[in-house]
Amino acid sequence: MNFVRNSASAILASSLIAATAQAQISNNEIRIGYLADMSGTYRDLSGPGGLEALKMAVEDFGGTVDGRKIVLFNADDLNKPDVGANTVRQWIDERNVDMVTGLVASSVVLAASKVVEQGGKLALISGAAASSLTNEHCSPNHIHWTYDTFALANGTANAVLKDGGKSWYILTADYAFGHSMETDIKKVVQAEGGSVVGAVRHPFPSSDFSSYILQAQGSGADVIALANAGADTVNSLKTASEFGVTQSGQRLAGMVVFLNDIHAMGLDVTQGLMLTTGWYWDMNEETRAWAERYQKRVGSKPTMVHAGIYSATTHYLNAVKQTGSDDTATVRAQMAKTPVNDMFAKDGRIREDGRMVHDMYLVKVKTPAESKGEWDLYQMVRTIPGNEAFRPLAESQCKLVAKN
Amino acid sequence: MTLVFGVPLSVLLGQLLLGLINGSFYALLSLGLAIIFGLLRIINFAHGAQYMLGAFAAFLGLNYLGVNYWAALLLSPLLIGLLGMAIERGLLRRIAGEDHLYGLLLTFGLALIVEGSFVKLFGVSGSSYPMPEALKGGYNLGFMFLPTYRAWVIVAALLVCFATWYMIERTRLGSYLRAGTENPKLMQAFGINVPLLVTLTYGYGVALAAFAGVLAAPIYAVTPGMGANLLIVVFAVVVIGGMGSIMGAIITGLAMGLIEGLTKVFYPEAANTVIFVIMVLVLLVRPAGLFGKEA
Repeated sequence: MNFVRNSASAILASSLIAATAQAQISNNEIRIGYLADMSGTYRDLSGPGGLEALKMAVEDFGGTVDGRKIVLFNADDLNKPDVGANTVRQWIDERNVDMVTGLVASSVVLAASKVVEQGGKLALISGAAASSLTNEHCSPNHIHWTYDTFALANGTANAVLKDGGKSWYILTADYAFGHSMETDIKKVVQAEGGSVVGAVRHPFPSSDFSSYILQAQGSGADVIALANAGADTVNSLKTASEFGVTQSGQRLAGMVVFLNDIHAMGLDVTQGLMLTTGWYWDMNEETRAWAERYQKRVGSKPTMVHAGIYSATTHYLNAVKQTGSDDTATVRAQMAKTPVNDMFAKDGRIREDGRMVHDMYLVKVKTPAESKGEWDLYQMVRTIPGNEAFRPLAESQCKLVAKN
Repeated sequence: MTLVFGVPLSVLLGQLLLGLINGSFYALLSLGLAIIFGLLRIINFAHGAQYMLGAFAAFLGLNYLGVNYWAALLLSPLLIGLLGMAIERGLLRRIAGEDHLYGLLLTFGLALIVEGSFVKLFGVSGSSYPMPEALKGGYNLGFMFLPTYRAWVIVAALLVCFATWYMIERTRLGSYLRAGTENPKLMQAFGINVPLLVTLTYGYGVALAAFAGVLAAPIYAVTPGMGANLLIVVFAVVVIGGMGSIMGAIITGLAMGLIEGLTKVFYPEAANTVIFVIMVLVLLVRPAGLFGKEA
């Protein structure tokens, strides 16, 4: 009898000990959700390739952190905020997902990140552009990893201004993202002594840009800035080249241009275009090796968004390993404490507003003669130090930033 | 400088010319839809996908088989037209005589399948089709720079449109076609092979879409979604012109291009909506469309 009682309490005690140790990792699994545009306009810059980048990060950990399995969920947000928010809610409520990554269209991310905040989980945003995510919409529950509208407008517009482009005409996609881009561009141009002579807002999406290009051409501005993205940018650039915009001495500045856009348009159309990027595959041995590995699985070179997903996930899993916990606040604090050092960023750091600050790169699209291969598209012009690239904390409206 | 409503005349002329170019695409596409609806009573929702297939056939032909632009202008519509005939024989024929809704759903489903597969195969960014050498460059018209290729689009589209109109309205084959629309049973009794006529008509309508696709390839990005974006506008054009009216489709296509062009100058934000506003007005006043016959 004694024996039975003793062994029973021993079993009870040991299971209790085990339970407390495991309480650090909820459900004894690390659960990650990947939410992205898998089929629409932004598929090629994020989409299935981003999921593959996420899997690469998980495989580098052997699929487990200290024996706890890493489980992945993924879904297509269809670029619809309601779909994205509902998916994330389901993941958090029913599947107990610890972290959500991918997160592409700004409108979807604004909705989904609110749900993540309510659920007390963590979001690592790699795809979205809106800089408001770490400004008026900042939260302790998300980190903006790869780039934002502020950094792109700042990097590209500054470079073009220094190069002598003083008067600007802006071609804006008529929705939230385009408007905030237009504001960011105007700010930079005016701060540097340039002027904005006009702007035209085109419906999103549009297929024919000849009319807007003609208006921009007629304005006589030095620079035509494209505050649009994806297919709209591609069609604007093609039309501009057809109407001889660059031959007549005007130049184009693409604000949100991804590697896949340049690849799709070809160098004939895009050569000489200046743009800002958060990462490029052909920077050093490390980036080339990772891009090579990615290309073997996906078939194309990765964009900065793909690299960002890998980097953010790796940094997250490292923090989980170091703290032995998947509790949001614990992991978030550990991530902020450790500098980000991988193939994506050197000495990157996470600020209190949730911005991951790292170097950005000003690049110029190569001419067909300079390019040595299908994906040899950018020539490095300048490294923009992280402190210079992103919105200074002094200008921040984020509630998490301590004001002195 | 002469001002018209606060806009320099030169700018206005430029925009009107651009409107005419876009109108040429609308005319070409709505013509195909009108012909198909006229004889088959099918609302061809796969028209956008077939336009996209035309552009992709040209693109793939150039890159894998070395077929140049001029050959593609002929071969691509032929190929996609044959594909259209196969669809008519294999699928559309089975639902002939059923409610319009069946044809609409069938062709819409086909469009989704085709566009989805192309996204899977080629991604959404698509590719670029190089401008043919002979059509590079442009003319300085004084009020604007007109790229040679755009001028060619107007010429080619109008030629094809009016040739089609002539064929249907002025030739013997066309008269069979029109008679087949009115009374297929009687035509059959006269020994005319009406089913063959139907197959050829659908094939021709589809070929027109593919032709527009090849024309569009050098100026727009060749992407799986290129047709879907255009299709809704083209349907609005057909509704305004009147379903089944050949000349109506051509004239309305060009006119809508012009109106859209003007909107882009005076109130660009509304450029995508203006055609639908006109559609609503026309439906209120003349439900059968501007050129349609009252049913």
